[in-house]
Amino acid sequence: MYLNQFLLLSAALFAIGVYGVLARRNGVLVLMSIELILNAVNINLVAFAAFGNQLAGEVFALFVIAVAAAEVGVGLAMILLLYRNRKSIDLTQIDLMRG
Amino acid sequence: MSTPAIFAAVTGFDPLTGGEFLVAQNIAFAIMAITMLVSAVRMVTTGNVVHAALYLVIVLAGAAGIFILLGAEFVGVTQVLVYIGAIVVLFLFGIMLTKGSFGADDGVGGERRGIAAMVGALVLAVMAAALLDTFRDAELSRAEPSLTADVADLIFSRYIVPFEAISVLLLAALIGAIVVARGD
Amino acid sequence: MILAADPLLVDGIDLTVVLIVLLKAGVAFALLLVAVMLVIWFERKLISDMQNRIGPALAGPWGILQTLADGIKLFFKEDLLPTRADRVVFRLAPYLSIIPAFVAFAIVPVGGDFSDGGDGTVSMFGRSTFLQVADPPVGVLFFLALSAVAVYGVMLAGWSSGSKYPLLGSVRASAQMISYEAALGLAIATVFLSSGSLSTHDIVVGQSATTWNVLATGIVPFGIFLIAGTAELNRPPFDLVEAEQELVGGFHTEYSSIRFALFFLSEFMNMITMSAIAVTLFLGGPAGPIVTQRVAWVWPLFWFFLKVMAFLFTFVWLRATLPRFRYDQLMDLGWKVLIPAALGWFLLIATLDVAADLGWPTIPVVIVGVLVLWGGASLLSGAVRKAQAERLEEADRGADETAGSASGLGEA
Repeated sequence: MYLNQFLLLSAALFAIGVYGVLARRNGVLVLMSIELILNAVNINLVAFAAFGNQLAGEVFALFVIAVAAAEVGVGLAMILLLYRNRKSIDLTQIDLMRG
Repeated sequence: MSTPAIFAAVTGFDPLTGGEFLVAQNIAFAIMAITMLVSAVRMVTTGNVVHAALYLVIVLAGAAGIFILLGAEFVGVTQVLVYIGAIVVLFLFGIMLTKGSFGADDGVGGERRGIAAMVGALVLAVMAAALLDTFRDAELSRAEPSLTADVADLIFSRYIVPFEAISVLLLAALIGAIVVARGD
Repeated sequence: MILAADPLLVDGIDLTVVLIVLLKAGVAFALLLVAVMLVIWFERKLISDMQNRIGPALAGPWGILQTLADGIKLFFKEDLLPTRADRVVFRLAPYLSIIPAFVAFAIVPVGGDFSDGGDGTVSMFGRSTFLQVADPPVGVLFFLALSAVAVYGVMLAGWSSGSKYPLLGSVRASAQMISYEAALGLAIATVFLSSGSLSTHDIVVGQSATTWNVLATGIVPFGIFLIAGTAELNRPPFDLVEAEQELVGGFHTEYSSIRFALFFLSEFMNMITMSAIAVTLFLGGPAGPIVTQRVAWVWPLFWFFLKVMAFLFTFVWLRATLPRFRYDQLMDLGWKVLIPAALGWFLLIATLDVAADLGWPTIPVVIVGVLVLWGGASLLSGAVRKAQAERLEEADRGADETAGSASGLGEA
């Protein structure tokens, strides 16, 4: 198998994730798109681990999974708070700080 | 990938080395990759938030399959356990608790979608060009799946400091999430 | 990797190997289907015995074909699709529930001679192999991953019904299942620690080499596994999911016909799988006290099925005996008792392992370890009690304020 198969797949997922983060207004969906990006990174890490025949990539993929779990926990707590205060999780309406 | 590489991927025969191509693995990769890409696109375009979460599950399961294909069994199973078993369930809880996002999402304004698509396409084009130019026909060298024990040894020896940092981060995130989400 | 792998797959793969693997998968599938039918009958018969009833008696001898009759009846009933249901997800959910239950059984070694250092290989068509469908090196994690996937069936069934009671039931069920999954995983972690492997086959081999690791895993982790497993299965006394007094029928209220049958089957299938996993992880799998030279291959199977039957009996017995938990009691038990206990025991066993490696004396280490755990436990219970007292006080103050303002209004 070629390394590029995996790297291109990961790049495509990354780009789709970037589109999701930019285009969606629903806070939960934006968080999901971020997960997509993190997963693209993970595929890269594991593919390079298999390419270089060493394990550091797998270790860091595990770290990324742990960080993603923490990120989702805090992110969803914030979205919940947002919903409680504003009755909406539309991120385009969170513009109180706009000058 | 160069033309011979694509030829090899399609026919299962590598004209450069004359060697046998890993047919089964490539078919598996193709199925998983196409499923993942289609699901990812559906995820960021579908109107229904719960459906989006389910498409995310398909992408994550595909990624777990890719990890197993790459010989990283432990990462693959952890991916299913943590991502599918916990993170997406958390998303579903989030969706059900914020019932404003139930059912149809009002989607996005046309102009933002266009710009976002342009940015995404640009990112993909730049990365694809760089990758194709850099790695060309580089092949994966690993022959055997990696051992879970070796991964564990590495985590608890060379990467012990990041490991500890991540455990502190998880604790902080746990407390932070509770503090933020508490009503009072 | 090589040690954990099935000897069948080591020397390349040919047609015989593929056929043997297919045969194993087919036999396991068929046996599970028959077993689930019999288990449903077993539960109904046993529970009616415990409640002084007769139970199913008409279909076949002792009513043994009752499940088959029910299945045929359900199959020919009209398949309703609620108007407000999410069609695709509604159709998908029963399969998400039943497939993990089937697949998880693949990692269970059901036979093979493990006594006297035997490695559990059997000979089949001239090849030696393990009597289990698959032996992945990360076997037990595979089981945990599948039980995580099983949450989706319940959750999506409730959501896609487009109705309130199923939604409440499914939110309850999934919260319960992911809470108890943590306790389940931590209880199993001690098993990894004492066997040094994630492969179910290696765990069984390790158990038969010692006395099933009874001291390390047989008491505390086993108890926690049993309680958490019962909760994970949504069986009584943890069956708040389908508390009919509160929720009509739980997450499958809107399901009918063959789709309901799938949920029903998956519940019992999960019961069998959980029992088999418990036998594998804690009770030595197919190993048993008596193995004769004649018909030696029968004995491991016999012991395995005997142990599984003991678990199935326990589940039914619990159902007949215990009243249902309240939801806050359920969550308190999971988060404040089972998870800390499993974690504490895991730390103790890990400390003993390190002590053995470094040559520290065992008894002082045990004493210090128990003291530290006791300190942690008292800190935890102190914190829980303080939080409870504060919450009560707050509630009291809130009640006083409303009462005060009400009386103030009255005076004005």
